[in-house]
Amino acid sequence: MLQDDALTAFPCKPALLLTLVALTGLAASPARAQSAVADGEKLAFDRGKGNCLTCHVIRGGDLPGTIGPELKDIKTKYPARNELVAILFDETKRNPQTMMPPFGRNRLLTDQEISAIVDFLQTL
Amino acid sequence: MKRRATILLGSAVVALAALAFAATRVVAANKIDPVADAKAFQNFFFQKFPNVKREDFVNGPYSMNEDMRRQWQEKEEFPPYEFALDAGKEMFAAPFKNGKGYADCFPNGGIGIRQNYPYFDEKEGKVVTLELALNRCREANGEAPYSYVKDEMASLTAYMAFTSRGKPMDIKLPDDPRALAAFENGKRYFYTRRGQMNFSCASCHVQSPGERIRAEVLAPALGILNAMPIYRSEWSGMGTTSRRFITCNSQTRAVPLEPQADEYRDVEYFLSYVANGLPISGPGARP
Ligand code: HEC
Ligand code: HEC
Repeated sequence: MLQDDALTAFPCKPALLLTLVALTGLAASPARAQSAVADGEKLAFDRGKGNCLTCHVIRGGDLPGTIGPELKDIKTKYPARNELVAILFDETKRNPQTMMPPFGRNRLLTDQEISAIVDFLQTL
Repeated sequence: MKRRATILLGSAVVALAALAFAATRVVAANKIDPVADAKAFQNFFFQKFPNVKREDFVNGPYSMNEDMRRQWQEKEEFPPYEFALDAGKEMFAAPFKNGKGYADCFPNGGIGIRQNYPYFDEKEGKVVTLELALNRCREANGEAPYSYVKDEMASLTAYMAFTSRGKPMDIKLPDDPRALAAFENGKRYFYTRRGQMNFSCASCHVQSPGERIRAEVLAPALGILNAMPIYRSEWSGMGTTSRRFITCNSQTRAVPLEPQADEYRDVEYFLSYVANGLPISGPGARP
């Protein structure tokens, strides 16, 4: 997951890239990170993509639903990026009865799209 | 935080229900108990919403939300289904080309009988819904059937529901293994997850009634058919039960069935049976 993410972020220097990611993650390239966050927000709000507002209150989004909890202070609650990726990929693993669609497993979102949304979630 | 706790608790209850369901299915061959099912189903909602009057569940989202209810009550002074109701009354009374009419096809001339539909037809061995019975009546009298999802059908069922308003739903389950199987099949369809979003009917209407999904407030599954057909502003018109089922399936990217497919007939049978005792409130109006 991280790997894919990094490859799109720095297409040309794999060795350096790994070091950079290991040391500082996306913060190494603020511009790039910012655009991933913006893409993530778009994907999260897009009715044909994440459509997360159907169920979650999210800062900056209109007409939110109330089925899921408000998405805020995400970094405090889920410091590990992997946890968020897992929730988006298939929340039924944590909670078999959840309403939240398995976005990754059912290919509603690609790994890259999930990664961008996670970037956005970490700013909330 | 509190909300999340309720959601998780809700899930736990649904999980238990699902487990119980799985367990009953294991022994389904020798024990299907619709009477106990209906009781458990009703109690689930009565306990989840202790402040909602029992006969009020039939008002869908309005039973769950005070603000919406107020707007609805204002709207009821000039109900948006009035047009369909008038059209339905006229259509119902107009004779077919052969001189007969709908009244000849139904018990009591079709008046005040909505609460008995759908019923299990022991000759056919299948569930017959009101919409299906209306089209069969037309065809038996040499008329072309109506679309199950358009205005004519909604007008006819709106009128028939109106003549039954307030009567308690009264669905019979004959002592016939095929009727039990139809009930069980409808129940299975209702609780099975499907489509890319992985929702079951129960995800929305058992697990989350009263919650907002975007701007819409989800109706409780208890009595969810008592108000059919409904006028919806979003549709700028009326919708039949068939239309609502298809819309719920396709909006969640599940493949909808044909109107009046066996499974839709069975799920209508299941939902109506577990609503026995709750009043007919149709036609309904929704935002
Ligand atoms: C149909 C409803 C629905 C949709 C759509 C949905 N979620 Fe959820 N989500 C939930 C529910 C319900 C929970 C509560 C946890 C559970 O059910 O397991 C949840 C939990 C979460 C959590 C954990 C929050 C916490 O405080 O623990 C995150 C993060 C999350 N969702 C992100 C998203 C994102 C991002 C999207 C869109 C790509 C999304 N959700 C779409 C229903 C939904
Ligand atoms: C992801 C959510 C979702 C799923 C899954 C879903 N529905 Fe719905 N349903 C809705 C929404 C939203 C409405 C409109 C608001 C309301 O009245 O509940 C609705 C309305 C209805 C209504 C009309 C209720 C009324 O009083 O207006 C019926 C009947 C219904 N659904 C049946 C079903 C059945 C049967 C299934 C499964 C085949 C199903 N629904 C699956 C979201 C859903």
